Amino acid sequence: MHDTNKDMAEQVIRMSGVNPRKCMKCGKCSGTCPAYDEMEYHPHQFVAMVEKGRIEELMASKSLYKCLSCFACVERCPRNVEPAKLVEAVRLLVIRQQGKNYLKAEDLPALLDEKIPQQALVSAMRKYSK
Amino acid sequence: MNFSYYPGCTLKTKAKELDMYARKSAEALGVTMEELENWQCCGAVYPMAEDEIATKLSAVRALAAAKEKKQDLLTLCSACHHVLKRVNDDMKNNEYIRTRANNYLKLDEAYEGETNVVHYLEMLRDTVGFDNLKKAVVNPLKGRKIGAFYGCLLLRPSGVMAFDNAENPTIIEDFIKAIGATPVVFPCRNECCGGYIAMDDKAAAQKQVERIMDSAVEHGAEELITACPLCMYNLDANATCHKLPVRYFTELLAEALGVK
Repeated sequence: MHDTNKDMAEQVIRMSGVNPRKCMKCGKCSGTCPAYDEMEYHPHQFVAMVEKGRIEELMASKSLYKCLSCFACVERCPRNVEPAKLVEAVRLLVIRQQGKNYLKAEDLPALLDEKIPQQALVSAMRKYSK
Repeated sequence: MNFSYYPGCTLKTKAKELDMYARKSAEALGVTMEELENWQCCGAVYPMAEDEIATKLSAVRALAAAKEKKQDLLTLCSACHHVLKRVNDDMKNNEYIRTRANNYLKLDEAYEGETNVVHYLEMLRDTVGFDNLKKAVVNPLKGRKIGAFYGCLLLRPSGVMAFDNAENPTIIEDFIKAIGATPVVFPCRNECCGGYIAMDDKAAAQKQVERIMDSAVEHGAEELITACPLCMYNLDANATCHKLPVRYFTELLAEALGVK
């Protein structure tokens, strides 16, 4: 395992509070994920890849921005692994870096329509930028 | 009964009806909603990472303000309810977060999760009671077939939210019965509307809404109700084929109580 990847895997585990070793690989998280089709790496793969220290691959994937934070995977995991927390932790590793925001404030005006609620803007900015 | 009330940013802007009809109905039911002074936006999403402290502070401030008034904290927006309830749980049960949040805020008395966070629907069920609500109805919504759209944030994760059975909830259907209408149970009622993905990937949000609308129509719903401004937006703006009318549950409540 590459050293940087190992350090980053430890950081993801610390930030998320998740223990990927509890996973019994039943696949229920991916089976229930509403964003499954949009993702390159699916929730069960996040768990396995963090366990194996494959953080750089996850950091480079658009899958990070497809999670809806609906907590279906968290609710339905029989081992209480909470895959959504791993997705969030890896996304934070990316957007906490200088200049790595996925959504920028100057992008917002073009995305607005008359009805869009403040809640959508606030939550998107919280999820996609730091 | 008096509650501290946390409206949240969207209820002051795009979801004014959700707030206005809730206040009118509460008054008719003898419940007083005292809006917290100087509340701040909750951030709309619960920050899941353990080391996210600053993003949890606005919720802690609201929780501590309600504690000071010795009142339960009433919420209405699903997102605000979710954030306040989960941060409260952290302040009660997560020493790492509790210590750091208190070190930062330096309140007169440390906040340790003492406040009860109560959603308006829980208030109707547990404080007013659906039987009493039924007696207060002057304009029963007879013959209307209404689907309850729960979405995610009120129900999951059920261990913390403790709102209702997360897979087979009944609270909104019981509410619909109490106001004299007919609830329509449909499988996708606790699915995700797409949420904030509407900002980044409209097609993904449309796909979510399509499934939900198909499911509601197939099971005979003629209208939908929600407690969430973002669900309202997605169900309305991102519906492609089927499109049922969607309204806030408080609007129908006000209608039934004759205060609309």
